[in-house]
Amino acid sequence: MSLKLKALLKSPWVFHLSTGSCNNCDIEILDCLTPRFDIERFGMLLIGSIKHADVLLVTGSCNRMSVERLKVLYEQVPKPCLVVAIGTCAGSRGIFKDSYNCPVPLDKIIPVDVYIPGCPPKPEAMIAGVVKLIEKVGGA
Amino acid sequence: MGKTIIPIGPYHPLQEEPEFFTLTVEGETVVDIDVRIGYNHRGIEKLSEMKTFENSTFVVERICGICSTSHPYAYTRAVEDIFPMEVSMRSKYIRTIIAEGERIHSHLLWLGLAGHFLGYNTVYMWAWKLREEILDVMEILSGNRNNYAMFKPGGVRRDINAEDIPICIKKIDSILPTLNMLKKAVLDDPVLHARLKGVGVLSYQDAIDFSALGPTSRASGVARDVRKDSPYGAYQEMEWDMIVTKNGDVFDKAVVRILEMFETAKIMKYCLNNLPDGEIDAKIKDIPPGEGIGHIEAPRGETFHYVKSDGTNRPMRHKVRAPTFMNFPTYKATVKGQTISDATIILAAIDPCYCCTERIAVKDVKGRMLYDGQDLIRLSREKTEKMKQRMGVR
Repeated sequence: MSLKLKALLKSPWVFHLSTGSCNNCDIEILDCLTPRFDIERFGMLLIGSIKHADVLLVTGSCNRMSVERLKVLYEQVPKPCLVVAIGTCAGSRGIFKDSYNCPVPLDKIIPVDVYIPGCPPKPEAMIAGVVKLIEKVGGA
Repeated sequence: MGKTIIPIGPYHPLQEEPEFFTLTVEGETVVDIDVRIGYNHRGIEKLSEMKTFENSTFVVERICGICSTSHPYAYTRAVEDIFPMEVSMRSKYIRTIIAEGERIHSHLLWLGLAGHFLGYNTVYMWAWKLREEILDVMEILSGNRNNYAMFKPGGVRRDINAEDIPICIKKIDSILPTLNMLKKAVLDDPVLHARLKGVGVLSYQDAIDFSALGPTSRASGVARDVRKDSPYGAYQEMEWDMIVTKNGDVFDKAVVRILEMFETAKIMKYCLNNLPDGEIDAKIKDIPPGEGIGHIEAPRGETFHYVKSDGTNRPMRHKVRAPTFMNFPTYKATVKGQTISDATIILAAIDPCYCCTERIAVKDVKGRMLYDGQDLIRLSREKTEKMKQRMGVR
């Protein structure tokens, strides 16, 4: 494992990116920060700038307008970075599969490391997903 | 002094949804604002027309995560409006409980975010901690924290167990003292008074001119609430007050939302205590041709759905109008003349929900707009002119 990746896993800073979601996953991500779940105790911090991000949390079904921005933002993240697809929409587009505005799933656009299914996934599921990701990358 | 344009977004830490603002400023003062949306558009209306009447409920539920009750509620009311039918009293009560639970968690969410924007992170943490208790109640009643899937045309999908009711009432009672503390902390704070009073004022006349809805209009003195004006569900069964204030500034919008939470808790408790017996589903077989409208009071204002049926098992046309669509343009009145540092809280004060409001305009490869409303009228007039010339009519 590269030194960069090892350093990243100690305290992963997450950036949250909504590509046309219904808000539910986004709010559950914010819920993770509030007193009941409080992921900051694991060193995870929601940050405002993409340049500081270690982990990208992507929600939503990638509509035509946000796909362009998604590509630009992915180019700007310092590598190595990990991508987490949160919710059924980001995983497989779910109920929006037939929509005219959601042409391709997320994993056809950028590489995805872990999928967290659910509509919306509970905060517990998100924490478990990120912990699994850290274990997988750290163990390799 | 020259004008400067400040772009905000589309991906910014301010709000969780993507949207793009351009603020035109002179020095510190905002002189104009423009907003671009479309980053959330998913084509819900068309998707809904592909699904059966029953399955469309799930699609409209996913228009917005926070309004995941108001949209199905308005939709089912629109379907029930197509032909004369009666929904049982028990399902009306259950619908009211779920809708009010959504209102209280939505207002708490807004209060927390507003505190966060102002630098009062304690309010943010307290409000969201209280919100968890309400989400627990919703999980007990419906099985999920959000996206409850409780609604179906003709009734509700899931009954409330009698043994769950005392637990829910106890949970609601347990948050009321803390909510009261939070109310005092917000309303008696001298810094917040100084910070928010007189900021982003929406006058009574402006609220009427812009057709503002929900708490945005009630803060400006416009007593407008679908629950009182055309009662539905179980709202006429009990006593509750509509909260109306006069000033229309950000402080009053906060006051309306905070006081409304207590009324909401009252309605929820009444409904849980007096839940009548009966069927929960009217078991609709066929939906005849016709059209129906449904409107309900969502946490942000009136949600409006229109459904047209042609006698098959799918809606032929489905139209959605969310409250933020009407509250959006009030920015033009409230932000102008304020400073950039106040713009954030003014934009947040209407509790905007961009997912609900998403519209789309289609352009061709040269960037020219097609299917614009004005364009269609122009094309139609040109065609009439051409036909007149061809037929020789003057």
